[in-house]
Amino acid sequence: MSTTSLTDRLGSLLMAPVHLLMRIIDIPLRAVQKTTGIGGMAAVFLAPNMLIFGIFVLLPLVINFVYSMTGGTAFFLSERQFVGTDQYARLFQCANYLDPMSCQEDAFWTAVGNTFWFVILQVALMIGVSLITALILNRDLAARSFWRAVFFFPVLLSPVVVGLIWKWILQRQGLLNFGLYQFGIEPYTWLTDRNWTFIATIGVSIWAHMGLYTLILLAGLQAIPKDLYEAAEMDGTKPARVFRRITLPLLMPNLLVVVVLALIKAVQIFDEVFVLTGGGPGTSTLYLTQYIYETGFASALRNPGLAAAASILMGLVLVVLTLVQLGIGQRSEKKGKR
Amino acid sequence: MGVASRFILRRRGGKSWHWTDIVTWVWLIGGLIIMFGPAVWLAFSSFKTPAALAEFPPSILPYVTSQATVQGYDKPLQLFDAKMPDGSTKVLAEVRRIGLVAQMVDPKTPGEIVRVNINDRTPVRSVSFATENYTTPFTQFDFLRYLWNSVFVTVTATLITLIVNSMAAFALSKYEFKGRSLAMLIILATLMVPLSVIMVPLYSIISSLGLFNSLWGVILPTVATPTGVFILRQYMLTIPDELIDAARMDKASEWQIYWRIVLPLTAPALAVLAIFSVVWRWNDFLWPLIVLSRRELYTLQVGLSIYSGELNVQWHFILAMTVVTMIPVVLVFIFLQRFITTGIAGTGLK
Repeated sequence: MSTTSLTDRLGSLLMAPVHLLMRIIDIPLRAVQKTTGIGGMAAVFLAPNMLIFGIFVLLPLVINFVYSMTGGTAFFLSERQFVGTDQYARLFQCANYLDPMSCQEDAFWTAVGNTFWFVILQVALMIGVSLITALILNRDLAARSFWRAVFFFPVLLSPVVVGLIWKWILQRQGLLNFGLYQFGIEPYTWLTDRNWTFIATIGVSIWAHMGLYTLILLAGLQAIPKDLYEAAEMDGTKPARVFRRITLPLLMPNLLVVVVLALIKAVQIFDEVFVLTGGGPGTSTLYLTQYIYETGFASALRNPGLAAAASILMGLVLVVLTLVQLGIGQRSEKKGKR
Repeated sequence: MGVASRFILRRRGGKSWHWTDIVTWVWLIGGLIIMFGPAVWLAFSSFKTPAALAEFPPSILPYVTSQATVQGYDKPLQLFDAKMPDGSTKVLAEVRRIGLVAQMVDPKTPGEIVRVNINDRTPVRSVSFATENYTTPFTQFDFLRYLWNSVFVTVTATLITLIVNSMAAFALSKYEFKGRSLAMLIILATLMVPLSVIMVPLYSIISSLGLFNSLWGVILPTVATPTGVFILRQYMLTIPDELIDAARMDKASEWQIYWRIVLPLTAPALAVLAIFSVVWRWNDFLWPLIVLSRRELYTLQVGLSIYSGELNVQWHFILAMTVVTMIPVVLVFIFLQRFITTGIAGTGLK
């Protein structure tokens, strides 16, 4: 009993300065309220968030277009000269449109190609794995929340930690080589092989993110009415048929949302790959965000205008994907109302 | 035991084993190993000495070879289990090695030298945790500084996020005003503006505000999260307006209503947002990498990636610092995972 009152007293002691601060803030705000009225206070409450929002999200969004039409290496807009659509023309200037290597900015097209294949393979495999996991977790399991947590664990890890964990496992003296060594396979330097590195980035990003999609799909599965399954069982329907005729159609809206969500995330892949492979060997795992980052900041020949143009093209893809997502959301909402 | 295993291995309808039961358990056990294994392996490795890390095949537990100081010798000598000619084994210390023969002494009787073929002896090893992997980066490198920077960024950004987002959510849920739906639309639309799309102009804004190479340059762009406003607004909509009207009757100011009535009632949603925010800010990488170029300002994530990208990677330090970086997130996972999973399942946001 005495301990709770002690912690209570400690808590109120700690909160005392906060309460005092809130009272002090109250004095000018009361004066504001007198002049604006109750309704006007909405603007006051909204202001800090919208101010930060405006400066750090909306403003960059707008001046990104201006950036993409200027040249030079300076970062301040006033020091940059207007070049019109030159940066876009540079991105699209190719001797032969069937061969990305003939383009002036071949690194950009390499990044686009890599990102394209990464997105297709990663999303397809990850949604497949997530769906299977969600179906298994949706069964009548003991300790389901424990198993759900198991698959969710890597989602919380930082991308840098994820990259380092797998760099450690895939290196020459690593756990993977040790495992293969038990079967008599010679150790291999996985992260110096162009193809294996590409596969590794796909596998690692699936490992890191599948828990999130499993969770959303599981929530969708649990929303399917149980009596449908009971009816199917009474009719002696085979599991495969139950899946095709009940589970899949009813899960479809969730599945589509999850696919688009995964696509949006996959297009922006950067952090864990940057730590795991640094985009290499060569340019085999150079993806779009890294191209933008290196063109804008890191390389000696930095060209912020070109990076801005590339980021706008990437933004367009993301906008299209988001609109698709919103469209799906609205359609399923309408269906739900009917 | 029987009851427990029957409970854990409970099958569909209690009938005989169906193939789906086998698939389920293979998948779950495999998942357990694949999801936790790599992190556990990393944690074990972080306690190994550089010599043990270079070993192949690697051992699971961190071993070191044992040494002993023997009378008459200046340096400590390495201990071996040596097979004697009569078939027994003895613990001997190696004095020197000449070709295939090692000259060894018994630590108890240091006078007489025994010659042993090097194939007849194995090093004595014992489990030992190389805690200097943890202490050295903190004392001799800047990692204590990085840890502090990460904590500062995470705590400050989370506090500002909670205040600023809850104020906006209060305005968007409890007031009728012109442009309310427009404000909501703008906030939701920015959900699709990721950092990778605006990093070039954002960098120029941060620079012109003098926030380049400042932890505030890392904090400020992240605090007005649309997700936070959305979660809090949805929750505040469920607070009855009558409470607020009653407070107005009692001449409470709007700020008092926000601070003393709405915020305490929003505590569960604030807790969820706080957990999310801590994990987000702790894990942030690309933006701090761009804004911070001075070593003493790095966060843990940036410091780790820079050190691990160096030509001569000191893995024993990197592994230990990776474990340190993992700790807060693992704590969140163990104690607060429930809040996050219900938060995601409820809103579909992360």
